[in-house]
Amino acid sequence: MTLLGTRRFWSRNGMLLTGGLIVGFMSLAALAAYWIAPFDPTTLNMDSILKAPSMAHPLGTDALGRDVLSRMLFGARVSLWVGFVAVGISVSIGLFLGLVAGYFGGLVDEIIMRGVDVMLCFPSFFLILAVIAFLEPSLSNIMVVIGATSWMGVARLVRAEALTLRGRDFVLAAKVAGAGPARIIFVHILPNAIAPVLVSATLGVAGAILVESSLSFLGLGVQPPMPSWGNMLMEGKDVLTFAPWLSFYPGLAILITVLGYNLLGEALRDLLDPRMRD
Amino acid sequence: MPALARRIIAKALWICAIFIGITVISFTVIHLAPGSPTDLQTTMNPEASSDARARLEALYGLDKPLHVQYVSWLSRMVRFDFGRSMSGDHRPVWDKILERLPLTFGMNVASLILTLAITIPLGIASAYWQGRVFDRAATIFVFIGFAMPGFWLALLLMYAFCIQWPLLPISGLTSLGFDQLSFTGKLWDLTSHLILPLFVYTFGSLAGMSRFMRTSMLEVLRQDYILTARAKGLPLSTVIFKHALRNALLPVITILGLSIPALIGGSVIIESIFALPGLGQLFYQGVMARDYPLIMGNLVLGALLTLAGNLLADLAYGLADPRIRSGRNGQ
Repeated sequence: MTLLGTRRFWSRNGMLLTGGLIVGFMSLAALAAYWIAPFDPTTLNMDSILKAPSMAHPLGTDALGRDVLSRMLFGARVSLWVGFVAVGISVSIGLFLGLVAGYFGGLVDEIIMRGVDVMLCFPSFFLILAVIAFLEPSLSNIMVVIGATSWMGVARLVRAEALTLRGRDFVLAAKVAGAGPARIIFVHILPNAIAPVLVSATLGVAGAILVESSLSFLGLGVQPPMPSWGNMLMEGKDVLTFAPWLSFYPGLAILITVLGYNLLGEALRDLLDPRMRD
Repeated sequence: MPALARRIIAKALWICAIFIGITVISFTVIHLAPGSPTDLQTTMNPEASSDARARLEALYGLDKPLHVQYVSWLSRMVRFDFGRSMSGDHRPVWDKILERLPLTFGMNVASLILTLAITIPLGIASAYWQGRVFDRAATIFVFIGFAMPGFWLALLLMYAFCIQWPLLPISGLTSLGFDQLSFTGKLWDLTSHLILPLFVYTFGSLAGMSRFMRTSMLEVLRQDYILTARAKGLPLSTVIFKHALRNALLPVITILGLSIPALIGGSVIIESIFALPGLGQLFYQGVMARDYPLIMGNLVLGALLTLAGNLLADLAYGLADPRIRSGRNGQ
């Protein structure tokens, strides 16, 4: 216990602990939503419309009499699910393109990396909105679109790693032993390039949650009655004057969750790459 | 050939290549639409006339092979012919964009200036007091700034300053009866409508920029020439503000260019919340109405603005850094 009280301990592990606690708490709340939510998140109750926070409804009720706390718990499931799947997609694309570009080099590398530059020139939120306008806003479309517009950072990272790794002796040894490019890339280079990707993916979850909530806030993301923190805020905006709690708690949840993933990501960066510490 | 000229030519070629890339992606986005991109606007929209359908099909040349379609579409884009809006007034898209551009552009420039005015001193102070109380407080602020959803901040501000303490108007660009106001009255009316949006715009880029400024300053302070300057007895303020700051600002120029896509994206949310008649709101309305020509016009314009920003940043970098100006970079 003496260790916990020292400044040295907190300055080294404060970010990791705080981030880990927030992420763990939010994940648990999302997983257990079915059991711990006091009310059904979509059942209308015309007797309790826009009730301020009370014992029965700790965070109040919305314009259709639904319990805000219950909706937020189910909203956490949506946010985290979108975050994870979108990052899964972007990391898969980024890993694949980055590995191929870095390992083969030359023209392949040039083409892929110029593609990355072009994608970075797009105002990605514009592009996401445009694509959502052409497809229909649905949970799966949102996850795919966010993932497909956020892989560039991972691709650059992985390419740089692959570029240095491909000249190392163990790769040469694998080549001499007769391993093909696919085996070298996925068995020998990938595991050694994974650390920075882990950091990038953790920060990516935070980014994806922010984008999803912005889209839902604009009415182009998760569609009601399915609750998401973003569309709860959209509904709250219309009654901001007399039911401000509707506009407060979901936003706070976004802030804390994103903060948690960012802290965890930065802490992982420090742990995995001491050179990045400043 | 002089180094600067070679640099500019290389950059111009690069810009053309990126422009092609951007238009290919935009074009692909059009063709992502299930079925014909004109269906939603025509067969599913009783208000759309057969004339409008014909116009749209001609714009996209849907009867021709894909590469022919792309080339004719591209040649229209280059001449800023984005066709006519499919919703509401059916005016040319380019006219609608032009009248919305000044507000969004002005807001972005104002917020960039404010951001720099705040983050440069903040970054210097954080680097100077690295690890001390000020730096720690700034770090906490940065983390919260990174995690703060802009639209939530806007809602909080609206509640605080427009409902709880009604000091500022809640939305729009002007009040009713704006035309009758005196000049100073008009000026104040505009300003009071723009304070909150400007705050949200600026807050969004504070965290990233001050963090970047801090890192850049720390890098520079580690250099040998800083030690030399201190060793020959120059006062600390001279070393920081003359020797270190100039060099620490160089990478900031590049980051400014790179931050433009985020600013453009942010304008969609901020302008929709505050009901400001800018480019972001126009784009949002276009998306909600599935107004294809309007969406594509905005998409290409947004990308062009980003490119222009990158090019400007690059040229400014070249002017600011003598190593690049004289072409002796890395030799």
